[in-house]
Amino acid sequence: MTERNRDAPHGKDDEEAFRRELIGLIPHLRAFARTLAGEPAGADDLAQDAMMKAWDARASFQMGTNMKAWTFMILRNQFYSEKRRAWRQTQLDQEAAERTLIAVDDPEAPVALDELRLGLAKLPSEQREALVLVGAGGFAYEEAAEICGCAVGTVKSRVSRARRALQAILEDGAYDRDGGSASEAMSSILADAERLSTSR
Amino acid sequence: MIEQSPPRRRADAALDEARLRQQAIGIKLRQMFDEVVNEPVPEQLLDILRRADQKQSDKG
Repeated sequence: MTERNRDAPHGKDDEEAFRRELIGLIPHLRAFARTLAGEPAGADDLAQDAMMKAWDARASFQMGTNMKAWTFMILRNQFYSEKRRAWRQTQLDQEAAERTLIAVDDPEAPVALDELRLGLAKLPSEQREALVLVGAGGFAYEEAAEICGCAVGTVKSRVSRARRALQAILEDGAYDRDGGSASEAMSSILADAERLSTSR
Repeated sequence: MIEQSPPRRRADAALDEARLRQQAIGIKLRQMFDEVVNEPVPEQLLDILRRADQKQSDKG
């Protein structure tokens, strides 16, 4: 461990507040990790590493700024540095996602979500993360750009390419599973989304 | 093919359909993410953070 904030800019109260906020972010970090790492166990390890990195770096965090974006950035950096180390496993994302799907092949599970996960796993990772951050994580383009370390315009174009690609994958059968046709994937997503939005 | 003959309405309908599909994907995407967010956090994760805190307050 490298941390030793001798003259911690954080007083006890600040540190307590930091800890509480970080705990509150764990569920979000796990969700983001799951979309990056694919399988749940690896994703939780990633979330845990990111959480500890954030804790160790707490002295460099400005209280009152966006901690969610800050921790997501840490998690993302952690993911890519591990991935670089494990360069031989570049296919890991997709394989892991597919293995998980098979493992959780529960007949009760909503089909549409499985299709979506598979479709997401097929996207290039920079498109996937942009779409997840903006489309599911609730981040503004500007925040997503900060998290990914790129320009706002780049995030915008990645998100729109991701949306188009995902729709095409779901509609055109760039994927196939159990002989189910891909247009079925799209129609189950449509039906499911309709059900969800009317039940609200 | 839908280009010229059938006028506006057809193109609009196609546009609406595309929009609907994107919305559906968006809804499912959020659902997928929220499902994990709503899972209970493994105790182990919380413990680590609590312990880190403990260590710190022992020092002080």
